[in-house]
Amino acid sequence: MLINQFLILAAVLFCIGTYGVLARRNGILVLMSVEIILNSVNINLVAFGAFRDNVAGEVFALFVIAVAAAEVGVGLAIVLLIYRNRRSIDLTEADLLKG
Amino acid sequence: MSVVGLAIVSGAPPVVLGAPLSDGGTSSLDNIPIYVNSIGWFLNNSWVIPILPAVSFLAILLLGKRLPFKGAELGIVAVASSLMFACGSVWQWINHHDSYTDIGNSYDAGVPALHRSIAWFQSGGHEYDVGILLDGLSVMMLFVVTFVSLLVHIYSTDYVAGDIRYTHFFAFLSLFTSAMLFFVISDNLLQMIVGWELVGMCSFTLIGHWWEDKSNSSAALKAFLTNRVGDVGLLIGVTILFFAADQTFNILTIAQKVNSGEISHTALLAASLCLTAAVMSKSGQFVLHTWLPDAMAGPTPVSALIHAATMVVAGIFMVARLYPVFWEGLSIEGSSINVLAVVGSVTLLCGGLLAFTQSDIKKVLAYSTISQLGYMVMALGVGAWTAAMFHLFTHAFFKACLFLGAGSVSHSVHSFDMKKDMGGLRKKMPHTYWTFLIATVALMGLPPLAGFWSKDEILAGTGGWGFLGGTGGNGAYTLMLLMGMLGAAVTAAYMTRVVYLTFFGDYRGHGEPHESSARIVVPLYILAVFAVGAGLFNMPKGFQLWPKGWQGRFEHYLEPVSAYFPSIKHASPSWSLAIASTLLVLAGAGIAWRYYFRKVASLAHASHTSHASHTSHAHTHTSHTELPDGITSRNTLAKSGHTLLVNKYYFDHLYTQVITCFVKGKLARAIYWINQHVLDGFVNQVGRKSVAAGQVVYERFDQKLIDRRVVDGSGRLSDTAGESLRGIQTGQLHQYAAILFAAATVLAAAFIIVLSLL
Repeated sequence: MLINQFLILAAVLFCIGTYGVLARRNGILVLMSVEIILNSVNINLVAFGAFRDNVAGEVFALFVIAVAAAEVGVGLAIVLLIYRNRRSIDLTEADLLKG
Repeated sequence: MSVVGLAIVSGAPPVVLGAPLSDGGTSSLDNIPIYVNSIGWFLNNSWVIPILPAVSFLAILLLGKRLPFKGAELGIVAVASSLMFACGSVWQWINHHDSYTDIGNSYDAGVPALHRSIAWFQSGGHEYDVGILLDGLSVMMLFVVTFVSLLVHIYSTDYVAGDIRYTHFFAFLSLFTSAMLFFVISDNLLQMIVGWELVGMCSFTLIGHWWEDKSNSSAALKAFLTNRVGDVGLLIGVTILFFAADQTFNILTIAQKVNSGEISHTALLAASLCLTAAVMSKSGQFVLHTWLPDAMAGPTPVSALIHAATMVVAGIFMVARLYPVFWEGLSIEGSSINVLAVVGSVTLLCGGLLAFTQSDIKKVLAYSTISQLGYMVMALGVGAWTAAMFHLFTHAFFKACLFLGAGSVSHSVHSFDMKKDMGGLRKKMPHTYWTFLIATVALMGLPPLAGFWSKDEILAGTGGWGFLGGTGGNGAYTLMLLMGMLGAAVTAAYMTRVVYLTFFGDYRGHGEPHESSARIVVPLYILAVFAVGAGLFNMPKGFQLWPKGWQGRFEHYLEPVSAYFPSIKHASPSWSLAIASTLLVLAGAGIAWRYYFRKVASLAHASHTSHASHTSHAHTHTSHTELPDGITSRNTLAKSGHTLLVNKYYFDHLYTQVITCFVKGKLARAIYWINQHVLDGFVNQVGRKSVAAGQVVYERFDQKLIDRRVVDGSGRLSDTAGESLRGIQTGQLHQYAAILFAAATVLAAAFIIVLSLL
């Protein structure tokens, strides 16, 4: 089995996700990009798990999926609250943490 | 019933037995393993025996009060199931033993024990196991503990009926049984310590069952604290063994290493001395015996359980289990004196003498237990291992019977005082009287009752003296033989006194005593049957009046023949010794009988009317039923001896008045004076000097250096740093994310570079 294809796919997805996080201003799209990053990591875990014939990789991927589900729940709730307060989900406007 | 089977099953094939363990003939031991993992269903699953009462403990605590019998039924069912398992284990052990002697192995080829264990916990790279080790010894203990405990449970349903903490009582009775069972099936020392401490804790709670009375809770505390003294010895001894045997707690491994001479004699001596201290506290040996009579503050069924099957025999069992350690450490073989034998023989004699002056029936029995435990310790000390275990076995039945009988009496007269509230109960409580009398004769050691056979085996095991037989023992313990013989006479005398004061003469108490109910009487009869018959299991070898195949069955199935047990020699019993000890017992009983049944009875009868309204004080010797103008008030020597005994050799004085008062009084005052004058002056000076020094430090150091430079300086520093760093806190999420990704990239790059460099 060639592992390279999976790694390249994962790297491409990771880059797309990183671009999305850094370049998008829409909160929902940023969250979706984060999900893409997590899934690229999942692909890596499953690929290595299958490659090395070790079930630990799949197990970790399952954990990541479960944690991602929780995380996206919290993230969407935050985005919803930002929208309620500002009638906008542009993340550049949400800069209350400015020092 | 299984013990009956012990004789029946074994009766059929007269297997080779009695072949002495030849000194050089151990080569065949190598062919047979020391232990196996599986013998039969009951033995393999005997770990449930302690689990069942433990579960019932929790169940009674949680549900007990809501059940129709307030939780008693749970305890009885659990212990009865345990007894069933124990009987199955006994049966399978006998079959297993027979199969090893039947398949062509000679008897001394060895019989493997059952050993199973699982990992308990890991610490410091060591794995500690919890497991079961079953051989004749632990199987016998399982039977005795569950049997006596079941009878005590049944008895208690009547005895403590209506008690405010009835449910609580049964819960702890279950836990007590469970702890002792856990202790006897232990396969390692760590597990033994846990069982040992659990037993001590349960006895504490049960002795203090009626804790509203200050003296009861004090007695519980005394039992607990006296045991802690010995526990220190146990912990040190176990630690020594652990390190001496290459860091293992496993009993079989330790025993094997001891027997093969891998452990130095010095380490074994130190370990066995420390463990002897533990035995002294747990099994009530001199000088740590003082807690045992006070432990009578607990309910009577608990006393029966403590004295017959649990708690006090834990010490004896521990020595028996770790016998190679004591055997080598104390050089029992070929010697004539060692610490176990001395402690045991002193205890058996002194404890027996103390029983004379007690007026509380339970305390007499308590001192009697101390004395009988002394016999067991002495037997272990002189190398008569089987005799000690056999005495433990028979003693469990007749002592439980005596205690439960005493409980039956006190249940009816509402007192424990023999002099004030008992007497003449022979007619009023015939069932209690007869069972008590049978157990008394068994305790005295008159043939053919159980106590005779076990006591005689111990006496023979000392090695004999002159024509008094007992040849072929492990040493020449003549002194122990003499003390044991004397102790037998003393035992007979004080038990005669108890029987007289309780059941003969005129009734001195109040009210109308009546026989107890069936739930009390039936256990008494069952125990009395065993008090009569238990001796038959170990008829002496070569005893002409008994079938050859039935001789020494107890020893045959109980004593391990394996590399984990020392090769003990067995003294052959002798007619002359048996006759001499029986005569001594008869003499002791006869003198006491002459004194009490003739003299005291006639005097008491004569003065009955004049003393009817007189309230006698139990602790003085002016009571009208005892020593009206006996030898103790005429002869100075006898009188001082009596005073010594009344005051229990002043051991309690030594502990409470001398040692505690010294600590509380003189020592405390001296320390107070030193505190006030020496220490306080010093402290005051130090205080004044440090105030002056503090002033200097405050001005120079604190104000100038710390405050200005360090504190203010650090504040200014962070202020400046914060000011310059706030630039990057833009509040822009993207920027944060970019920094995060950049940092992750840098770390990944560093990781790859480092990996490629390696």
